[in-house]
Amino acid sequence: MVHICTITPISMTVGANRIVPAIAIPYPLGNPKATADEDKAIRREIMEKALVAFETPVDNQTIFE
Amino acid sequence: MIKIVHYINQFYAGVGGEEKADIGPSIQEGTMGPGLALKAAFGSEAEITHTIYCGDSYYAADTGKASAEILEMIKQVKPDLFIAGPAFNAGRYGLACGSISKIVQDELGIPVVTAMYHENPGAEMYKDSVYIVATKDSAAGMRTAAPTLAKLALKLAKGEKIGASIEEGYMPGKARVNFFEEKRGSRRAVEMLLAKISGKPFVTEFPMPDFDRVAPAAKIDVKTARFAIVTSGGIVPKGNPDRIESSSASKYGEYEYADLNADPSTVYETAHGGYDPVYANQNGYRVLPYDILDEFQKAGKIGSIHGKYYTTVGNGTAVKDSARYGQEIAEKLLADGVNAVVLTST
Repeated sequence: MVHICTITPISMTVGANRIVPAIAIPYPLGNPKATADEDKAIRREIMEKALVAFETPVDNQTIFE
Repeated sequence: MIKIVHYINQFYAGVGGEEKADIGPSIQEGTMGPGLALKAAFGSEAEITHTIYCGDSYYAADTGKASAEILEMIKQVKPDLFIAGPAFNAGRYGLACGSISKIVQDELGIPVVTAMYHENPGAEMYKDSVYIVATKDSAAGMRTAAPTLAKLALKLAKGEKIGASIEEGYMPGKARVNFFEEKRGSRRAVEMLLAKISGKPFVTEFPMPDFDRVAPAAKIDVKTARFAIVTSGGIVPKGNPDRIESSSASKYGEYEYADLNADPSTVYETAHGGYDPVYANQNGYRVLPYDILDEFQKAGKIGSIHGKYYTTVGNGTAVKDSARYGQEIAEKLLADGVNAVVLTST
């Protein structure tokens, strides 16, 4: 599992092992101020990081910046 | 004089360690082992007239039989109060103390009290049913445990009003009692902060739940993996058909993804009441990134996608409930061969 969230310290506290930081609490994967294409590009970028996290071996809780 | 029966295990009775853990229960007049410390704390108000000891393995192997035998012994003596332990951090002993205390309380209707370390499995299992005094993790804690245990025991035996857990020293769970703090909250908060800054000990008034830890899963090959999305961000089909609550959610939803060609604001909304819903209501994919997952699959970047998503509202939702939702969702995902879960939180 990869946990995508904005407040990564909470994710660390509850014990997620693969963590990908998000943009903001009300829009973790996107940016309402951007154009629709940019909004989606931000989402794509975060999801690409998630794929990297899935493919990376980890021994401890890891935040994929 | 208050008559007390005290329950201990074979080790504290001085019978033996692990090699004697399978002995059945015995009863003896007077105090044994840790009962001596309690006796001193009771003074002339109460007396441990009998001590029952039993092997931890004997009790654990057949709890029904062992507890029935012990109950019979206690009935003969007709005590006013029953004390078990302290078990400190001994697991089987703690479970036995909790179990027999609850049975005595339920069957004989007399007050009971036991004591153990907060991480003893017996504590989690029985702290809602019986008074459990919190002790240190080893017998070195007997000196501090005895007065607290004795004081609570006497109050219970006399039918006196029992104060809040923090005042009496029992674990929260059995009773919830309101009380007035002497200092107001702002003063307590500042004092706590000053103690923290200067490295002095302080006690939180709102302890975090104990979260479990799991070993990290092995890495996977995303090109062949089966993906699913789970979210605590409350994304539901427009209209929130299952009426998932905006806070303290009592359920999770399992839904098929909407048509990707539809305007997301017409097919999704968020049920979450803990963040500004405007942006998620405009475009649910900002919380539920299915559009990208679909794109990845079409591009051959990932294997396949589980047909449904799972959602709840992570807003004041009890950890215990959340853990249960997670368990159920995981079972469904495993049954479909999912090995890659993207969990999004707001």
